[in-house]
Amino acid sequence: MVIKIPNPDETIVDRRPDILRDIGVLLPKDSLIHTKEELKAYETDALTAYRRVPLAVALPTTTEEVSAVLAYCNRNGVKVVPRGAGTSLAGGAIPQEDAIVIGLSKMSRMLAVNYRNRTALVQAGITNLSISDAVGPNGFFYAPDPSSQLACSIGGNIGMNSGGAHCLKYGVTTNNLLGVRMVLIDGTILDIGGEHLDAAGYDLLGLVCGSEGQLGIVTEATVRIVRAAEQAQAALMGFDSAEAAGAAVAEIIAAGIIPVALEYMDRTAIQISEEYAKAGYPLDVEAMLIVEVEGTKEENDATLREIIDSASKHGPRSIRVARNSSERNAIWKGRKATFGATGRISDYICMDGTIPTTQLPFVLRRTSEIISSYGLRVANVFHAGDGNLHPLILFNINEPGEMEKAEAAGEELLKLCVEVGGCLTGEHGVGIEKRDLMRFQYSATDLNQQMRARAAFDPDWLLNPAKVFPLTDRITA
Amino acid sequence: MSDRTVYRPSSEVEAAAIIGDAASMEVALRLEGGGTKSSAGRPVSAETVLSSSGMSGISLYEPSELVVRALSGTPVEEVRALLARHGQELPFEPPSFEGLYGGRSGSTIGALAAMNLSGPRRISSGAARDCLLGVRFVNGRGEIVKTGGRVMKNVTGLDLVKLVAGSWGTLGFITEVTFKVLPCPKATATVRLEGLSDREGVDVLTSAMGSPYDVSAAAHVPSSSRGTSETLIRVEGSAASVEARAERLRKVVAGFGGSSVVDTDASMSIWTSIRELGPLNLRPDDVVWRISLPPDRAVEVIEAANVGNQTGARWFYDWSGGLLWLALPMRPDANSGPIRSAVDTVGGHATLIKAPEDLRRRIPVFHPLSGPVMTITNNLKKAFDPSNILNPFKMYDRI
Repeated sequence: MVIKIPNPDETIVDRRPDILRDIGVLLPKDSLIHTKEELKAYETDALTAYRRVPLAVALPTTTEEVSAVLAYCNRNGVKVVPRGAGTSLAGGAIPQEDAIVIGLSKMSRMLAVNYRNRTALVQAGITNLSISDAVGPNGFFYAPDPSSQLACSIGGNIGMNSGGAHCLKYGVTTNNLLGVRMVLIDGTILDIGGEHLDAAGYDLLGLVCGSEGQLGIVTEATVRIVRAAEQAQAALMGFDSAEAAGAAVAEIIAAGIIPVALEYMDRTAIQISEEYAKAGYPLDVEAMLIVEVEGTKEENDATLREIIDSASKHGPRSIRVARNSSERNAIWKGRKATFGATGRISDYICMDGTIPTTQLPFVLRRTSEIISSYGLRVANVFHAGDGNLHPLILFNINEPGEMEKAEAAGEELLKLCVEVGGCLTGEHGVGIEKRDLMRFQYSATDLNQQMRARAAFDPDWLLNPAKVFPLTDRITA
Repeated sequence: MSDRTVYRPSSEVEAAAIIGDAASMEVALRLEGGGTKSSAGRPVSAETVLSSSGMSGISLYEPSELVVRALSGTPVEEVRALLARHGQELPFEPPSFEGLYGGRSGSTIGALAAMNLSGPRRISSGAARDCLLGVRFVNGRGEIVKTGGRVMKNVTGLDLVKLVAGSWGTLGFITEVTFKVLPCPKATATVRLEGLSDREGVDVLTSAMGSPYDVSAAAHVPSSSRGTSETLIRVEGSAASVEARAERLRKVVAGFGGSSVVDTDASMSIWTSIRELGPLNLRPDDVVWRISLPPDRAVEVIEAANVGNQTGARWFYDWSGGLLWLALPMRPDANSGPIRSAVDTVGGHATLIKAPEDLRRRIPVFHPLSGPVMTITNNLKKAFDPSNILNPFKMYDRI
């Protein structure tokens, strides 16, 4: 399986000089990237196996400039690929040769914070972590925390409805978004929601969140900020088998305890992470759970005790409670560094399916069987509390045929997720990566309804058109 | 297919056939669940009723997975009772609004999704739409559409779940819903302050919400003929934790005056009353506004709309001030001009949630949308219901 990117429309490519000249007029100096060398930085995202050099990259500095460029592209039939920080693991920001990339990196300011309403108004290019950094001194934070939070932008998070390790309690982006200002393909500027809850009319905010840049370009967002608890505590629990760890997860949740985070790592992931981050993970276990609770000290002690009691029914080999915040930070550093650490030792693709948590033991067993059948290795690291799996399939890109094998194995894993009642992607998005699997999860009628909703915003499919929906049988307005 | 008929399909396939026929004959359908809130929204221009009452039953419940799935006509009470037997509940504390709409019981789980109905815990656990994991519905073409699923994290394709939630049956006839559930809190307590003005009351609420003590609900009920004002802050969790946090919250708000702590049963009845609009002390001829606002601007709306001076006006603030409930004695325009203009100034939206039919015909029930948002709204309606047969005019002109 090699993912197809549509052949460029040569009539557009031939007009490149005119298009560049026209768009250049709409933007301030230095806001149109067009040289071969500079465009290289924009030819892919975090799905680096696929690359395409766009016509040019526009870096507008205001919503009005975004509007002018989109209106121009709409009038001239030029495709547009929106881009946040380019950290998409699903290829959501991969350009095409006949498209203009609109990057939000020059719109990265925090515009206002309102602690009474617990909201922050930001430009879409701001990084996820800088919101928390800005409100941190007042004891607040922005809850969704994808592993890439240091780099990824809020605009990209909205595009993909990003999650993170702490969404078991705080939800994903869509649950933390109160308003957006966005620009439609015809240049119309649309304001949805604001500092109040549940915007008027149809839930356009809910539709836009996770729409992968296909409905418009979000330029500003009002997000919910949360007051941090007095303290957080984390613990590690090691198990002799994946089944035991999976059963402990079910036991904890069935006991009525919802930790803030409940993460799973298998032996391979632990070893890779430990070698790099030295977080003090146990190396003699098959599987490990990271559990975090928040509240007052008394509360956390009590909740952790309950969690450990529940987990103990499944014979953990080791239990370690972080004694202070630096030990806790080390635990998280290890978890969040796992993807990067894996990249140091091997090429990998990261899957993102979600399954009903009751299916965990079965799916983990089938995962090892599937990966072994391709002669590959897998590192499992995922959000166990909500069943969002991240098998990292390791391969060697220099070995002919291995990447195709890894992709084929990945496809089998995702189909497995759907078969047991889950879905193809929990937080990374469809992008180009899972586009051709959509028919496995949805019927033609289901997809047609989604495409009709899409066409309500972008009837000619100019916005990020190669993504999300299979390339054939598309529905336009 | 004739007028004044009530269809009660017993399956999704049957519902799809009825809607398909209606679409081809351009017969408009009024969608109904338990029929307990049929006087909410604009009057629908349809004589033929399509009811979900023949489609009832809980099809999936996995307590350890925190998920419940039911056919849309299942009574909320049935779902609530099953969850309660396992110590769980719908996190968003859905109101029944039996008092608001004339006392009938039997509202359905599908209606919770269709109307996106959420109670006091909306500020901490999210709205109905946040807990809605999956929906099956029949669109206006008579096609069965599945969106979302049973898992909590799902970004596969466009999130039509959110769009259908709160669309009041104008985009599809919901046949099945899957909700996230949570364990019931083991204990609850309410910190109560008395005698504060609206402004002070909302200040207390926003201070409490900005504290580290995980407040799950926050409401202010102004003084009235029934008594002095009450400012209410709820914490939930394990018994020890609730007690500790309530004490710390009292310190957070100490600057506003003395407070007391109301525990377990009494606390629960306070919030049942808030959820069901008890503080409005509703009379049959009241019109009622439901207004969503930025909490720090809520009091301005009461002041600017000049309802304080009007005889018989009653209101209270839920959601830390972000949800204003306002009851007025019947008047020709329900005071809509000043109310909507005050809301537009601060940002938010006002829904005329209860009023006689003629008033709901004359005055926009849902807050008027901006031109661009209205255009997209029209496009979406056509994308789901091109013949405009599902609950036509329920929300806006032709929608």
